[in-house]
Amino acid sequence: MIERSYEKYFRRNRLPHLWCPGCGNGIAMKAIVQAIEGKDGWTQDNTIIVSGIGCSSRASGYMDFDTLHTAHGRAIPFATGIKLARPELNVVVITGDGDCTAIGGGHFIHGCRRNIDLTVVLFNNNIYGMTGGQASPMTPIGKRATTAPYGSVDRVFDACNLAQAAGATYVARSTAFHVQHLVKMIREGLDNKGFSFIEALVQCPTAYGRRNKLGDPAEMMAWMRDNAMMKAAWDKLPEEKRPEGKFPIGLFYQSEAIDYDTAYDHVIDIAGGR
Amino acid sequence: MKAEFTIKSERCKGCGICVAFCPKQILALDPLGKIYVADQEKCIGCGQCELRCPDYAIFVDRVKEAGAK
Repeated sequence: MIERSYEKYFRRNRLPHLWCPGCGNGIAMKAIVQAIEGKDGWTQDNTIIVSGIGCSSRASGYMDFDTLHTAHGRAIPFATGIKLARPELNVVVITGDGDCTAIGGGHFIHGCRRNIDLTVVLFNNNIYGMTGGQASPMTPIGKRATTAPYGSVDRVFDACNLAQAAGATYVARSTAFHVQHLVKMIREGLDNKGFSFIEALVQCPTAYGRRNKLGDPAEMMAWMRDNAMMKAAWDKLPEEKRPEGKFPIGLFYQSEAIDYDTAYDHVIDIAGGR
Repeated sequence: MKAEFTIKSERCKGCGICVAFCPKQILALDPLGKIYVADQEKCIGCGQCELRCPDYAIFVDRVKEAGAK
């Protein structure tokens, strides 16, 4: 066998990873390294992976770049610091649904607002997996969690709409089933100069699927296959004809805006008397 | 035979994703929960198993069949 070229981006002595059998985080992590591999000039020395706390955020420990495993919800502030101090570095943030939209909700929207040149990949497993299956802001209504034994009644955050409304300049969604599509969405996010947000739906068979009788990991991925609709097809349907329970994937929003590093360069110029 | 398999069994956790998504249904789990190729002759080398393996445990390399150009 020819060794796969992306393997060099893993800390192979750390594998197998600690994620549960069938966890989708492994698929999303591979998608990130494949997207980075396709970028000219992005090397292990000038690319930084920053993550928060949670199952998803363990990914930084398995990736052979300069990595930072930070405080809960605070990955984006740490990444902002790196990007301001060393704008030439490429910074990718890995976060989870609870980490990004609950504990780090404020940091997330302000990262979007500033349009700082980061690529944020949110692994959405619909639950707090590591701590034992508490409901997160992205647990669908009616789904069970340890803190919602009769089904969650909380309305759900749509992280993509949130990012777009807060000012992110690239917003996309994909799933662990649509691997090549996910790689493409992340790759285009890396290309975007400004705040790029990619929501990757991943299956959590242990804390979420088992409690909600969603079947084995393969059945959860088959659900993604059957319920995800490409954005183009979704847009063609009038709103009342959009099937219940289905959701769109693809590129939702892209725009041009001044990024935070460029804006801050003006401040440096003025303060320096230039 | 259209493809060669490499299985890093120390990485396999037996989740069954590759078994379920193999279009020819040629993969199976052994009694210890590790993946093995049950019927390699039927493999079409599509690589669906490698694509979705969350543990990077299975690899498929297409091989040219004898006599093929």
